[in-house]
Amino acid sequence: MDKLVQILKEIRPGIDFENQSGLVDNDFLNSLDIVALITEINDEFDVIIPPEEITPENFNSAKAIYELINRLQK
Amino acid sequence: MSVTSVEYVLFLFVTVISYYLLPHKYQWILLTVASVSFYILTCFRCIPYILITSMSAYLAGLLIGGEAAVPVGGKSRGKRGYKKAIMITVLILNFGILFVLKYIDAALLGADRIFHLTNSGYEIPQYDVLLPVGISFYTFQTMGYIIDVYRNKADAEKNYFKLLLFVSFFPQLIQGPISRHDELAEQLYEGHEARWKNISSGMLRVVWGYFKKLVIADTLAIVSKSIIEYPESFGGGYVTFLIVVYTAQLYNDFSGGMDIAIGTGEMLGIEMRENFNRPFASTSVKEYWKRWHITLGAWFQNYVFYPLSICLPMQKLSKKIRSKFGRSFARRIPVYIATLFTWLLTGMWHGAGANFAVWGLLNATVMLISMELDPLYSRFAQFAPRVHSSYAYTLFCRVRTFFLIGAIRLLDCYRNVGETFSRIFSIFTDAEGWRRFVRGGFLRLGMKSSEYFLILLCLALVLFVSSYRERAGSPLRYKITERPRTFFLCVGALFVAIVIFGNYGLGFEGSNFIYNQF
Repeated sequence: MDKLVQILKEIRPGIDFENQSGLVDNDFLNSLDIVALITEINDEFDVIIPPEEITPENFNSAKAIYELINRLQK
Repeated sequence: MSVTSVEYVLFLFVTVISYYLLPHKYQWILLTVASVSFYILTCFRCIPYILITSMSAYLAGLLIGGEAAVPVGGKSRGKRGYKKAIMITVLILNFGILFVLKYIDAALLGADRIFHLTNSGYEIPQYDVLLPVGISFYTFQTMGYIIDVYRNKADAEKNYFKLLLFVSFFPQLIQGPISRHDELAEQLYEGHEARWKNISSGMLRVVWGYFKKLVIADTLAIVSKSIIEYPESFGGGYVTFLIVVYTAQLYNDFSGGMDIAIGTGEMLGIEMRENFNRPFASTSVKEYWKRWHITLGAWFQNYVFYPLSICLPMQKLSKKIRSKFGRSFARRIPVYIATLFTWLLTGMWHGAGANFAVWGLLNATVMLISMELDPLYSRFAQFAPRVHSSYAYTLFCRVRTFFLIGAIRLLDCYRNVGETFSRIFSIFTDAEGWRRFVRGGFLRLGMKSSEYFLILLCLALVLFVSSYRERAGSPLRYKITERPRTFFLCVGALFVAIVIFGNYGLGFEGSNFIYNQF
């Protein structure tokens, strides 16, 4: 989870990812960020996030993203 | 059969009544019969195309989704490869048909303009008559289904006629909305009880759609047509006016069509996705495309933009660039390529022709520039928070967005890239055009001042109704249908307005929706 937050902070500094929600719905992350995020996550966590999982539900909070990663790692 | 004809109203009447007379088990069958009948009545010779699409999707669905979910990677990679091949074949077949038909159609149109092949002196109307009805919409919707089956997001439909219903569902055939299988299918097949709320609210919405289309859009079309027909005579102020008028016309035409489509669905107890969400409240082009033709944007984002921007070859490219040019550049490349390509396709979806491709690319360029300026906007918000959150600034952003989108949209009006740019340029250079326009030129375009006043009232009404949902939390029509008397009053008033002010005579076909040509 810490690793994920670190990645997020690198992509978009200045956001409190531990607590912020609505990352996609409220435009905290734009498409540039999402694509960069997915590339980093795929690398770091050795998963392949498929395009159909790119939904607001999965990316609206650090917690949701982490759950997605866990699901894919199984 | 045109959706703004008396025949459609009768068709709707018969369909809704028959629907609710049937037991729940058989209601979907009626919908299928109704949809096929609608298609036959609208374009009999187009039937082979929709049959090809539905059958190829049916077979492919069974072959791809027949077995249990195949996990990604590992020893199942062989099976997945075979399923991928089937999916790609079906996609190429159907998109290929769409592509070829669009381009032949455009070529014929162009040839006619050059060689005047039709000797009668009658020019082929601007709207493509040769494309099968709704092909752009049902093809995309059905291909979305196939991709969803491949992605294990949807179950393959085992009953051909149920799939045929999903492909040809008549309310959304002509101009969408483009629905997803997981949202629409179950609703189509399950039974619905006749409820006053659904039927009345749906009916009100349909009548509202007719009002927007026949009273507002078709009246404004007179003015747009005048300005577009003689571009050299109508420069300067006329072009600015065209941006405003055409936008109002297109919005009322398209969203009116949506009201008819979604209202029809509502009468049948089926909830369809909205295609518009107060688009003129948008403060940026990016936001605009999340509020206008929503389902098309969502389709492209889901099936083109994201898959392309994160696919393996793209990630490899990004890594290669990172080692040579640094991280920030490497991160941009996938998004730039994917955005431009997605919007090029979006433009091409609208039509074959350079102007459509340019339209798409321009929209993409504006959004990419805006994305690059993001840090600047953030800094602005930081240093001048009161200005940034002020209503004046919001209004400025909305007006800016309105004219940006509207200017780019002129490519759709003039259908010629050079002409469009010259017209936009004339806004700043054609003083004579401005002078003529301001001195009452706008009164010699086909509409009298009383008609302008009426349209303004109608637009104010549209604004009131569409903003009501945001202010009150639920659509106005739900409130109206709570009291039968109010409901009948509204329907009656709208009906009277349509009959008196609509550009439409009872028994007349009525002009086709602008988006019908797609």
